[in-house]
Amino acid sequence: MNEQSRNEKFERLFVTHLDAAYDLARWLTRDERNAEDVVQEAFLRAIKFMDGFRGENARVWLLAIVRNTYYTWLRKNYAHGQSVPLDEESMSADDSEASYAGNEASASAEHLLHQKDAKRLINQALEQLPDEFREVIVLRELEDLSYKEIAAVAEIPIGTVMSRLARARKLLLQHLQPVRQEA
Amino acid sequence: MDCNSARRHLHAYVDRELDVASASAIDRHIASCEACDTIFSRQAELRRTLREHVTYHDVPPALAARIRARAPAAPATPAPSRRLPWGAFLPRLQWLQFGAAVAATAVLSWTAGVQYASLSEDELVAEQVMAGHARSLLTSRVTDVATSDQHTVKPWLSRKLDFSPPVTDLTPVGFPLLGGRLDYLAGRPVAALAYQHRQHLINLFVWPDHKASSEATQTFSKDGYNVLRWTEGGLAFWAVSDLNAAELKDFAQAYSSAQ
Repeated sequence: MNEQSRNEKFERLFVTHLDAAYDLARWLTRDERNAEDVVQEAFLRAIKFMDGFRGENARVWLLAIVRNTYYTWLRKNYAHGQSVPLDEESMSADDSEASYAGNEASASAEHLLHQKDAKRLINQALEQLPDEFREVIVLRELEDLSYKEIAAVAEIPIGTVMSRLARARKLLLQHLQPVRQEA
Repeated sequence: MDCNSARRHLHAYVDRELDVASASAIDRHIASCEACDTIFSRQAELRRTLREHVTYHDVPPALAARIRARAPAAPATPAPSRRLPWGAFLPRLQWLQFGAAVAATAVLSWTAGVQYASLSEDELVAEQVMAGHARSLLTSRVTDVATSDQHTVKPWLSRKLDFSPPVTDLTPVGFPLLGGRLDYLAGRPVAALAYQHRQHLINLFVWPDHKASSEATQTFSKDGYNVLRWTEGGLAFWAVSDLNAAELKDFAQAYSSAQ
């Protein structure tokens, strides 16, 4: 591959999607400095694998590298205990019919809109989600990926994408509920 | 549809991952079921809240500069950033930008298909549909009967064709009907309905198809055009536009729900 086409490929694969890469890394690490480390490391990996890229969707390809880099980084730096689950009990709650009734009482997010610190509270709620739930929300709501694309980035079946989104949203609604009661 | 099956598809519905027919069935159910309506609305609202409030972290300029400098050979000009101010339209703009590679439901690798493989029957029709759309734009012959009055368009088409296509003005949901015309596609005369969304033209081609290969919604994209195909009640519906795939799907859903 000549230099010019390599450059073009580099631009297409990495530079145009740098914002998405950084935002995902920032949400995964929940820290600016660590996000920078992950993005730089992901960038080196991307360069290494660049010639092997044959796929169609560069953003999905790059986000998958960022995500993998994050989990490698996490294992290296935090061998013990990953993220703290938001609420142990809610983690084991099932999504059966009975739980819908419970949802009836849970937060209606519109009430949050009237709060001046809604942004802070919602960011906080997302930040506190366990990794596997936080990442699907970020990929879906911030990167606007389809289920199929999320499945490719997170290396999970589409059915798992759906169940994780369901669980993540349930946790978010539960977390936002006390806010409403205070209001 | 009952509550259980509607709720089983709650997330696929709010994420617009369902085919048009299933989504319409859910629309009809929640219109008549208050409990489900509450549950579906809450999820839609959570999505809106997240999209509005969650911070999209921008790349620190120093990091961006470092990475550009480390490129195999530093590019002369910085790449245009994909990022836009975070807002309600971002997802849609992203669709426009990535529309060629990405589609919401059954994604067919259209371009690759053209180049490397023989086309399936649906892909061949999709190509004709896109050609029909381009033709209507080039010749400015968007409508033979130009009126938003569905009660004029439908009888006009029925008189000229051997079937009666459903015609509904969708102005209330943002897709005003411009009119109808005849076209010739897939080896037969077909109804062509023209709708507008913002500055985009949508052509909806309709013809009888009792041996449709698949009930499922299919999407195709090529050269910036998106095509959505579905079947309902023995009719094949092909919507085509330069509108992004997500909004074209909204259109299909609105049209299908209105019948």
